[in-house]
Amino acid sequence: MLHYLGIALAGLIIGQDPVVQDPAAAPIVNPGAPGAASRQITAAEAVDLSRTTYTDEDVRFMQHMIVHHGQAVEMVELLQTRASSPAVRAIGRRIALSQEAEIDLMQNWLLSRGLPLEAADLHAGHGPTAPASPSHDAHAGHDAHAGHGDHGAAPVDPDTVPIMPGMLSPAQMRALAAAEGPEFDRLFLEGMIQHHKGALDMVDELLSYSDSGNDPMLSDFASSVVADQSAEILRMQSLLSEL
Amino acid sequence: MFVRKALYSSVAAMAVLLGASVASAQVQTIPSDERTELAPGIYDAAEASSGLALEHTLAPPPGFFDPDAIFAPPTTREEAAAYRANPPRYSPLALANSDMAVSDGKLFVGNFNGFNIYDISGGGEPQLLTSVVCPGGQGDVSVHGNLLFMSVEQNNGRIDCGASGADGAVNPERFRGVRIFDISNIRAPQQVAAVQTCRGSHTHTLVPNPADSNILYVYNSATSGVRRSDELSICSDGEPGTNPDTALYSIDVIEVPLDRPQDAAIVNRPRIFEDRETGAVAGLWMGGRAGVASQATARTNHCHDITVFPEIGQAAGACSGNGILLDISDPKNPTRISEIFDADMAYWHSATFDNTGSKVVFTDEWGGGTSPRCTADAPGNWGANLVATITNGELRGRAFHKLPSVQGANENCVAHNGNIIPVPGRDLMVQAWYQGGISIMDFTDPMNPMEIAYFDRGPLGERLMIGGSWSAYWFNGRIYSSEIARGLDVLRLVPSDQLSAAEIAAAEAVMEDEINPQTQTRVSWANTPDVAGAYLAQLRRADAIEADLAQQIDSVIEGWRAGEIDPIAAAAAVASLAVTAETQGVTPLAARRMKALAEVLASAAS
Repeated sequence: MLHYLGIALAGLIIGQDPVVQDPAAAPIVNPGAPGAASRQITAAEAVDLSRTTYTDEDVRFMQHMIVHHGQAVEMVELLQTRASSPAVRAIGRRIALSQEAEIDLMQNWLLSRGLPLEAADLHAGHGPTAPASPSHDAHAGHDAHAGHGDHGAAPVDPDTVPIMPGMLSPAQMRALAAAEGPEFDRLFLEGMIQHHKGALDMVDELLSYSDSGNDPMLSDFASSVVADQSAEILRMQSLLSEL
Repeated sequence: MFVRKALYSSVAAMAVLLGASVASAQVQTIPSDERTELAPGIYDAAEASSGLALEHTLAPPPGFFDPDAIFAPPTTREEAAAYRANPPRYSPLALANSDMAVSDGKLFVGNFNGFNIYDISGGGEPQLLTSVVCPGGQGDVSVHGNLLFMSVEQNNGRIDCGASGADGAVNPERFRGVRIFDISNIRAPQQVAAVQTCRGSHTHTLVPNPADSNILYVYNSATSGVRRSDELSICSDGEPGTNPDTALYSIDVIEVPLDRPQDAAIVNRPRIFEDRETGAVAGLWMGGRAGVASQATARTNHCHDITVFPEIGQAAGACSGNGILLDISDPKNPTRISEIFDADMAYWHSATFDNTGSKVVFTDEWGGGTSPRCTADAPGNWGANLVATITNGELRGRAFHKLPSVQGANENCVAHNGNIIPVPGRDLMVQAWYQGGISIMDFTDPMNPMEIAYFDRGPLGERLMIGGSWSAYWFNGRIYSSEIARGLDVLRLVPSDQLSAAEIAAAEAVMEDEINPQTQTRVSWANTPDVAGAYLAQLRRADAIEADLAQQIDSVIEGWRAGEIDPIAAAAAVASLAVTAETQGVTPLAARRMKALAEVLASAAS
């Protein structure tokens, strides 16, 4: 995971240009319903459209959610030695188990479709130093980060920017790793609530794309994410009020 | 092409192969030749050709190719079980190229995932203009003016051209039927109408209305299952005995007001298979074998393809279990004139008239297009063309013609789509045989159809992978072939002892603005030296003209070409031809060619 964060930071600093489409190339057009406007899409999207089961957004959702869940597992690892409340330890173990099972499910979903486990565009167009892109492809606007995170014009310390909505920033993770006892419990619960809310946002965003979330397995998974994480957020809020 | 059927039958066929003996009704023996064992490869398969030259090969455009999307149907029980247990990422033929149309210098190539538009006006390599992604298969396309029509039959088709499919038995987002696009901006086609039909749309045919140029009719041929009435209220399933309103046993007639295409709607679902005497809706072949050694013929409850010939007011329907002839003088209300059945035809798939409307070539898509049906074991008249004649409005089957080259077990091969090459004096049809390649058939004599040219590649791979030419059409001087997996091929005719340079030049001179192969038009030839040379070449080839007279005509044509026709020599040749044509022993065909040649020369000399 630290390795992962390192890559993430490099991405934030250098920035990654989204795919630039050759303006001379023949456009690839995806029409809408009768009377609705057509839109331009990329070759990758065109191939994806031929598949009857999932979309680009679905794939990115799965790839991003693996990273997202991975952080929860890492947070629970810290909890093993640093927490004080037995109730917090208990919910932490439960969260770790369910997140690990879901990571397996997501990895299998991607592998069985011959898809990479990691998103190529995890940080595309984000971060304070990412250059303004002259010609975003159609994907850029669909990136799971759109509408989230810090897009302020002022320079932002990358240390305070989570690589995904609802994830903890590197600074937050360091603070958590340095805390102990009741202070750790509080940071853990606050952080995990933020983390889980982020997952709900990701599902919301996925479902906002008209064609996404229809693959039966993915749809089941997204529903279970919503149900489990909502329940866990309520439980954690209750624990937080008792600290 | 029938994918679902092929998937069913790949398992069922195994049972048949293992349990039953192969039918023995082998009439013709198909020979092996240089096409039989060509080396395989997706990009580098070996090629063989005769009378044809490959000018251009264009790989599928970006977004329309993935080697994983090439469909490899299971061929053993084990493979079938593995296929079901672990279906591939792509549905069968997800990115397959399909049918084509031409309009205003642009070529439209259908695809199960949409269609591609090429500029072919320059005469060189086609230039990709626009790709349109709109899944739903098969993507059969036709063009009229600024409107493009597209067939959609699969359950995953969506009204909004989206990719997520449409789950469930009933889904309000589902689209199966005929889409209409506005292509006035060729770089940004837009969907303007989507006419839902009960069985979707497998193919469709544009039918002009002679009484009102603002109205275009579309005959929709649909082959798959009937939708539930809670998804589309006009639909209900079942045999007519229990459900007189069944959506089976009909075609859809869609009326399109050209100034308001968004108002396109079904206006008739004629019962064109009804029994003329009893009026029973299911009046034609009820499915099954006519005899022990016969082909198992499909039940006639739909047409696969209809070719209309507006100038003669008729249409030929290839309608699963029968070939039929329709009167379309009132295009909204087609009525059946004649029908034929043949015990060796499994599935009547497509129909092509000759230039006068006195013959029809019906194809038999035995096995659905995903099976190797040109192997040495396959009967020589199964999965073939059936050449039929029309006499006094009556169809009569005359002779079978199958690709005369044994193909391998890794090559899906059966008769498929083609159209007429307009060589004056002959009936030539260029035709796709999937991985059997492209073949040109001369059916001038309906009793003796024969091949005169071909192009073929080796199989895609070392196992059965579905590909090959879906459609091979003559469009304004070149043959365009939509290769299911490999892209688009452009070929030209080259002279051979079967086809002269003059015959080729005469065909290449015929130009049409708009070509939808299922909407046939009658070709007429200008009086040119090439047209005269074409007739002369045919008379020579048939040994039907004296050498002296032939030489005399040669020099008249040469003078004409040079702009200095000798009117006296021409008149003499015309007179000799007129006399010879009436001579005893001259065949009717030779006499026709002589008279035609005489007319051309007479017009040149006058």
